[in-house]
Amino acid sequence: MCGATSGGPSVEGIDVAKETVIQGVVVSGGEPVSTGYARLLDSGGDFTAEVPLSATGQFRFFARPGEWTVRALVPGATGERKVVARQGEPVDTQVDVTV
Amino acid sequence: MSRENALVNATWAEEHASDPKVVLVEVDEDVSAYDKGHIRGAVRLDWKSELQDPIIRDFVNKEQFEKLLSEKGIANDDTVVLYGGNNNWFAAYAYWYFVLYGHADVRLLDGGRKKWELDGRELTAEVTPRPATSYTASEARTDIRAFRDEVISAIGSKNLVDVRSPDEFSGRLLAPAHLPQEQSQRAGHVPTAKNVPWARTANEDGTFRSNDELTALYAEAGVDLTNDTIAYCRIGERSAHTWFALHELLGLANVKNYDGSWTEYGSLVGVPIEKGA
Repeated sequence: MCGATSGGPSVEGIDVAKETVIQGVVVSGGEPVSTGYARLLDSGGDFTAEVPLSATGQFRFFARPGEWTVRALVPGATGERKVVARQGEPVDTQVDVTV
Repeated sequence: MSRENALVNATWAEEHASDPKVVLVEVDEDVSAYDKGHIRGAVRLDWKSELQDPIIRDFVNKEQFEKLLSEKGIANDDTVVLYGGNNNWFAAYAYWYFVLYGHADVRLLDGGRKKWELDGRELTAEVTPRPATSYTASEARTDIRAFRDEVISAIGSKNLVDVRSPDEFSGRLLAPAHLPQEQSQRAGHVPTAKNVPWARTANEDGTFRSNDELTALYAEAGVDLTNDTIAYCRIGERSAHTWFALHELLGLANVKNYDGSWTEYGSLVGVPIEKGA
């Protein structure tokens, strides 16, 4: 989408010092995907949360410090990215999906 | 109840789209989702402003439920098909309400809004009005709803199934990770509860696993389904999803949903709490 902000949504209004934020954007062919879902899986692969992507392909989770996997589901495609989260330092990631 | 008459798929929903006695109802946590697009003809139920009492912490009473459904244009002899976001968490919660108040024919759309979207099926912002009805509800059933005292007395005797994520069960998170973690209640779980996360009952696309897979899941978790079971989560919506899997898909009569769930139990004074896996 032309003009979309790269990376995750703004952290304005979030107490980033207290929260462990994992956020980002889902892209396909370099463009954000507006229809789909981002799933947060723990280090054992268990589902922890899921959010629909925003119109600009963005997502955000409030997790805890540690290793996580963000898995994206969009029509006809999936993708995933491993991240390490730390309290007070929002992780901003990009998940590429491929058919 | 059985899988065949509790669950419908998208093809069934599309085939019955023009049937005036079939009402699709969307229930979401994000109530703005309906405005952006919903299945054609579907009406919206707001789980918070319409299904919860506005003053006390409880769900709407019989008269409020009757008024709500009458205004939505839902009749007693309609087939109600519920669906929504969050893998049908809130749709399952509404399903439990409909059963609790005695609606004769209520079903869940397998996979909910997510599978519908991932399949590339049509969503519309157009709202189809339904003429008001005069809905009559039954007295609320008490055999499918657990209250806190029953949960406390169930410790060590009945099955307690905590359907939250392993991180919430162990006390490392206080809420699902799409929500901020600043909460007032204590972290952990009810002693003797088994952690069978709701997500293990569903496939990645939000559809329910087969009855054989569900039975195996609880057996592996050490839950003897011949005993009475109480499911809970944080606010009762994910445990309604598990209640649906056990009570409606597997047809187990002795299963209750504890809708007070962790936001109530974790705030009670003096009750025992366990932490860790």
